[in-house]
Amino acid sequence: MTAHTSPHGARHPRVGLFCTCLVDTIRPSVGFAAAKLLEDAGCEVNVPPQTCCGQPAFNSGDRATTRALAEEMITAFETFDYVVAPSGSCAGMIKTHYPELFTGEPDWAGRVERFCAKVFELTSFLVDVRGVTGVAAAYDGTVTYHDSCSGLRELGVKAQPRRLLASVEGLALEEMKDADTCCGFGGTFCVKYPDVSNAIVEKKAANIAATGADTLLAGDLGCLMNMAGKLQREGRAVRALHVAEVLAGMGDEPAIGEPAEKGAKR
Amino acid sequence: MSVEITTPRFKDNAKKALADLPLQGALSKVGPGFIGKRAAAAEKLPEFDGLRDSARDIKNHTLAHLDLYLERFEAKAKAAGGHVHFAVDAADARAIVTDICQRLGARTVTKGKSMISEEIGLNDHLAAVGIEPVETDLGEYLIQIRGEAPSHIIAPAIHLNKDQVEADFRRVHAHLPPERDLSEPTSLLAEARGELRQKFLAADVGITGANFLVAETGTSIIVTNEGNGDLTQTLPKAHIVLASLEKLVPTLEDVSQILRVLARSATGQDMSVYTTFSTGPRRPDDPDGPGEYHVVILDNGRSAMLGGQLREVLRCIRCGACMNHCPVYHAVGGHAYGWVYPGPIGSVLTPALIGVEKGRNLPNASTFCGRCEEVCPMRIPLPKLMRHWREKEFERHLTPATQRFGLGVWAFFARRGWLYRPATRLAMGALSLLGRAKGRFASLPLAGGWTQHRDFPAPQGGTFQAQWRARQAERRAAPRQEASR
Repeated sequence: MTAHTSPHGARHPRVGLFCTCLVDTIRPSVGFAAAKLLEDAGCEVNVPPQTCCGQPAFNSGDRATTRALAEEMITAFETFDYVVAPSGSCAGMIKTHYPELFTGEPDWAGRVERFCAKVFELTSFLVDVRGVTGVAAAYDGTVTYHDSCSGLRELGVKAQPRRLLASVEGLALEEMKDADTCCGFGGTFCVKYPDVSNAIVEKKAANIAATGADTLLAGDLGCLMNMAGKLQREGRAVRALHVAEVLAGMGDEPAIGEPAEKGAKR
Repeated sequence: MSVEITTPRFKDNAKKALADLPLQGALSKVGPGFIGKRAAAAEKLPEFDGLRDSARDIKNHTLAHLDLYLERFEAKAKAAGGHVHFAVDAADARAIVTDICQRLGARTVTKGKSMISEEIGLNDHLAAVGIEPVETDLGEYLIQIRGEAPSHIIAPAIHLNKDQVEADFRRVHAHLPPERDLSEPTSLLAEARGELRQKFLAADVGITGANFLVAETGTSIIVTNEGNGDLTQTLPKAHIVLASLEKLVPTLEDVSQILRVLARSATGQDMSVYTTFSTGPRRPDDPDGPGEYHVVILDNGRSAMLGGQLREVLRCIRCGACMNHCPVYHAVGGHAYGWVYPGPIGSVLTPALIGVEKGRNLPNASTFCGRCEEVCPMRIPLPKLMRHWREKEFERHLTPATQRFGLGVWAFFARRGWLYRPATRLAMGALSLLGRAKGRFASLPLAGGWTQHRDFPAPQGGTFQAQWRARQAERRAAPRQEASR
């Protein structure tokens, strides 16, 4: 694992936590869960001032804004040994798409490449880079796990969250049908084409409900908000949490879309 | 079929498709059928992914030297006694085909499955000049008698169920006894076969598409499962092949590699039932075959794609795997896309062929889930190419004003962290207070697209960044307490 020791020779690699704009604004508890998991894995966690990776602009065809945000992102995070995000979508945006934003800019090419090499999605960082095999957490319930598209297809995140979940005391995993099929969120897609998005998330909600699981987990807050919002609209009693929250032992927090006061689990 | 373009009305088309129960019933079988079969076929062939790389490389090489291979194909096809026609656009291609048919005094032409025929709107044109086109692929026959366009590039009538087919047959085949039993798929098949057999024998010209054109030999190749293509091209006086210029492949060896990924990706078959090679017309000692052999090679905007970012889409071998795996296609079916090519490949190709103004909906109507790219045998980066169109749209200010405004406001804040952080903290604080009692919103101003179908979770309150900084300040103030946590 020499490749993964800190370039500064420190025992605790310095990790820049990119909380993502959704976690920052909608569900800060996911950021704290990620920070705890990283600290438990022996990392020094830093949260530099940050906004967004630029994905909404990128997928809307606005290259200039995307490149500007990418430059800010790189400048804010490049001094850390690693950059970790509790999102396969945002980590995938950076790791697989930032290089193409700087094509034809030789001043940036090497810098972007070095930066992208140290960007990771949270669960894959814990398992693949830090060699974490288990977490000290308990969760009393049956969960089902949705594979978010970008993490799965751009970063190969599939086994890592399941491996960590297997170590959570009291937790049972019940796989849903088509766990690796899109939930219909798609960023701005869900508001640009609401009817199509709805048809896709309806199928997903039915597959989730069919497992009988009481909790839905995933690694991306955008997908979770979409699925949780649909499950709640349909009156289904399934809690939705970010996988980091359960892994960090924070699974008893009010779930996504649950009121704060009566949020204690069951 | 009709080539009326309804792509600008994609949203309405989608809404209608989502409310169409027979269509939804038919679509529910697309995913489970195709996805499982492709996965099983790929699983059984250890070198499948290696073959995909090889197939991609072959096509990349061909496209890099397309002028050379086009010339070689033309020379070889002519040497075998065939004729090669280059058509600049759809009108050109229609005129070439019509001229051949009229010169031969054709009254009926049989047709094997051809997406290029759909692209150039050939059937309507032939009918307008008094030539009856008869589709002989079962799916194409079904949509022809219904006056529809194909809804899938390899399974054109996948949107129909058996009952609809029975009703159409009873309507169109009125000369057959009304009491006949059509309750089984096999009886429907037998009836179609009986009807088409006479058409095959009566046809003056047979028109097919081509899956490949082989430069080395001047050969055109069709890949079918029904055998209709062979009857179409063998029995009449002339065989006309319609192909777009990216169908070129250098050698037979190259074709044999790409064929190994084609059927597996399409239907999960190792090979389709018929793979038919045609080189020139009937020779003096051949027992049968057409007297004339023509290949119409269509450009229709493709040569312009060669030099740009869209070049990669010209690797497409029309297997349909991208739409078979697409959640949007599964939801709305092929007709909602509003023109000839549906699914992810259609979302890339359509704006190139009909213009981004008319086609702009399609590259936007994607979740970018990436499954199309994951299964594409030719490794075409379909999401990247859809994003290319979104960039063109943005550059040309074709994005709807509300979206552009929303993106602009968001970008203004996201690029000014010093403003973004306090603004989001305040906004989320307010939203959190408003949503505290229920934990979520059933409706929200400016978020109707979201809340018409699902609830929106109330933010927890504050922002992570602000809370983190507060906690770090506490930690620094009370390091001992923190350490004992």
